[in-house]
Amino acid sequence: MRTRLPQGESELHFLDRLARSTNRRAFLQWSGMAIGVVALGCSDDHNGPGNGDGEVNLGTGDTGVLNYAYALEQLEAAFYTQVVASFYAGASVDEQSILTDIRDHEVIHRDFFRTALGSAAIADLTVDFTTINFADRASVLGAAKTFEDLGVSAYNGAGQLLTDAANLLVAGKIVSVEARHAAAIRDLLVPRSSAAGSFAGDDTVDPTTGLEIPERAPPAVLTAADTYVVTTINSSGLPTS
Amino acid sequence: MRDTIFGSLDPELMNRVESRRGAVSRTGKMAGALALASMPVAFGLMAKKAFAQGGLPQGIIDVLNFALTLEELENEFYVTGLASGGLIPGADQPIFQQIRKHETAHVALLRSVLGASAVDKPTFDFTAGGTLDPFNDYPTFQLLSQAFEDTGVRAYKGQAAALMADNTILTTALRIHSVEARHASEVRRLRGQKGWITGNMTDNAAIAAVYAGEEATNGLPTSNAVTEAFDEPLTKDQVLAIASPFIVV
Repeated sequence: MRTRLPQGESELHFLDRLARSTNRRAFLQWSGMAIGVVALGCSDDHNGPGNGDGEVNLGTGDTGVLNYAYALEQLEAAFYTQVVASFYAGASVDEQSILTDIRDHEVIHRDFFRTALGSAAIADLTVDFTTINFADRASVLGAAKTFEDLGVSAYNGAGQLLTDAANLLVAGKIVSVEARHAAAIRDLLVPRSSAAGSFAGDDTVDPTTGLEIPERAPPAVLTAADTYVVTTINSSGLPTS
Repeated sequence: MRDTIFGSLDPELMNRVESRRGAVSRTGKMAGALALASMPVAFGLMAKKAFAQGGLPQGIIDVLNFALTLEELENEFYVTGLASGGLIPGADQPIFQQIRKHETAHVALLRSVLGASAVDKPTFDFTAGGTLDPFNDYPTFQLLSQAFEDTGVRAYKGQAAALMADNTILTTALRIHSVEARHASEVRRLRGQKGWITGNMTDNAAIAAVYAGEEATNGLPTSNAVTEAFDEPLTKDQVLAIASPFIVV
């Protein structure tokens, strides 16, 4: 087995992750997560820690779907980390509290998947938030709304791609928290008493069926996220149904 | 008394709810037929397209009827609340109108899928035997709303695995699940709570049963944020125990 330092990952971080991966079996028992041992491929350069060439391959089966979720959580965690590092001008105490909580949740989601995936985890993604003005409230909250709504539709679409019930449950535990985030962010953008009821507005919940907007399949989600991700994400191995 | 409302187990009532399925053959078919007949044409076509398969497996029917019972409870709760003059302040009306709209749609959607297999709407008593006054007391109305929404999120989550055999139904259930979570976040924040659930904590002991098990850390080091980052499932029995004080028959 060749071991390469994932792109963008410090050696210290990588060693830390290796150390933690030795406790992965115990972690998986605690978390209830189920990942096939076969996914921990040692000979396939496209699985396991990144390739160092600016591309990650999510892999196949449930592992691939979980890497897909891991990629989205990396993106969200990086975004909110930058938001909290330097709040936009005029951020209220309530807004700072909400955004800090969400930052914590997304970092936890990211680290959860990294630990669960162990050596099958993709490398750290390189992100690009140059289209977001972190000094501007509307820009930050608008991006947050985009990420949260996208995340909800992504998880809603990923559920049917999973084959192990334990993994479906984990995805379910996370997606409802993303939906809680989405509602709170939307509430900050549009006053809650507006006639639109924007926390679950007609633009994201079909008023006729009461269903969240149609689930998004991984290719559509990754296309939408592409603006913010430098690393090429190869999703060709993901299940399609 | 109040702090036992939600925690009280009523096995007899739960059995009655469970056995409602047995009554379907007598009365459900007629109700289902009426529900289908009264559905707007466009919506009926949509539902038909989404659920084109023939007879559903009993396991899936059971889950959907369980969901239908919860949606009926939520729907009647909001319909009654919105019709109670002076209960909901004008500024908050749009919030509950939006939620009511979704719950009404969920009921219609589930009935359209279940057709003749749908259970009847139960008779509800939101005073829980005269101990609560949600339609005259706004804080109680808000408290029950939060309890029902957070319970709904956990209930759908707990049943997802049972729907894996049918991708369309699983995905539809997930698309309801996230809407319930949006509602829960909003109502919690309206009450001055965080939109997410910290540990198994609640500001009112009366709804403690709704949060049992939410303190799970999923293998991660314990912290408030870790418990907030994951919503935990409830079993069908746990959900029925929470709902039973409000179901007369």
